[in-house]
Amino acid sequence: MMHDALMEMFASIPDWLEAAPELVSRGRFLDCDCRLGLIEKPFFASIRGGRIVEMTARPTLMRSWRFSYCATASAWSEYWKPMPRPGWHDLLALTKRGEAVLEGDLHPFMAHLQYFKDLLALPRLHQSKVAA
Amino acid sequence: MNGQIEPMIGRYVHVDIGGEMHRIYFEENGAGIPLVCLHTAGSDGRQWRHLMADAEFAKAFRIIAFDMPWHGKSNPPASWNGDEYQLTTARYAETVRAFCKALRLEKPVVMGCSIGGRIVLNLAIDHAAEFRALIGLEAADFQQPWYDTSWLNRPDVHGGEVCAALVSGLIAPQSPKASRDETLWAYKQGGPGVFKGDLHFYRVDGDLRGKVQKIDTGICPLYLLTGEYDFSCTPEDTKRTAASIPGARVTVMEQLGHFPMSENPKQFRRYVAPVLTEILEAQVLPKQETMHETARRA
Repeated sequence: MMHDALMEMFASIPDWLEAAPELVSRGRFLDCDCRLGLIEKPFFASIRGGRIVEMTARPTLMRSWRFSYCATASAWSEYWKPMPRPGWHDLLALTKRGEAVLEGDLHPFMAHLQYFKDLLALPRLHQSKVAA
Repeated sequence: MNGQIEPMIGRYVHVDIGGEMHRIYFEENGAGIPLVCLHTAGSDGRQWRHLMADAEFAKAFRIIAFDMPWHGKSNPPASWNGDEYQLTTARYAETVRAFCKALRLEKPVVMGCSIGGRIVLNLAIDHAAEFRALIGLEAADFQQPWYDTSWLNRPDVHGGEVCAALVSGLIAPQSPKASRDETLWAYKQGGPGVFKGDLHFYRVDGDLRGKVQKIDTGICPLYLLTGEYDFSCTPEDTKRTAASIPGARVTVMEQLGHFPMSENPKQFRRYVAPVLTEILEAQVLPKQETMHETARRA
């Protein structure tokens, strides 16, 4: 998947999340500013009550974040396939193989691990909208 | 079907483990060669319910699954004072052997998954003559850790949620949703710190690198089956382990992950059926050879 297509996928996650009320509900106790996306050009996400209230890729000065989960373009491309290959099918499989980096204060990530797994898998459901 | 009653029966057996009596819950079905099934870390014997209910397997095997102490319906022992639970190699092997002894099982087959697969290797190293065959699912002499287990038991993270979320990634994406959810439910139900305590055996106490070459498959056949989507115990981990065990049989299972028997029972059956058939036929073969020898002598 091309870099622009990947960025478009990330930018669409807030809307797709709004269409998944069960996932919003799962994150209802979560307030967190985090960094998600491509290693070379991550998004800054502000999550309040399980909703993404801001998602921006613009470079901003002195932006704080509690944790960061960023992966290579090939990792996201494979992860979002309808049937990802073994070893490319889970966020922590990607960190284990060195295709993703998890850093910062991991508490919000671990306390809401299934939320973040499902959130970052939303593009898989919509993958057909973007040319692979 | 409304009113259908499944064939397995659950009971409690009192087992002397390390000089203390433990009340162990087990379920069983079938008659024939004892087949003792060991659940994964942090789960319980329900993982084996599809195998236990398999009418064809039950014709030749007495299929038994028990809950380890601290798991499922097997409570911690009466002497437990609330200390941190930590499973050790010695304790795990002792528990399996004590359970088999308490039920008076004659040369059982033991099939274990994950930590159960690891202890199967220990049994093959130290106690092979006690068993008819050993089957390790998702088993290796060592696996590279991929997360910090301290997250599994702390007051500011829900233990059930984080345990289930962590292992959810070990299930193959092809596995049916209902089976995936059922597999994870056991993790959501586990006692506090039990999954973490099981992993003490896995990560701290159970490194078998440099030891598995002692296994003699001539004494007891060893089968190792690993799901292709298991990134905790990868097929490469299993193959590396088997490479130093002459006679060990390896199967990589497609479209399966770390919990083959519960995440996709139908797919798992395709792989375990030939193994059980081979074990069964091996029981018949010695008798045939004896008859042949008898005929020769005559």
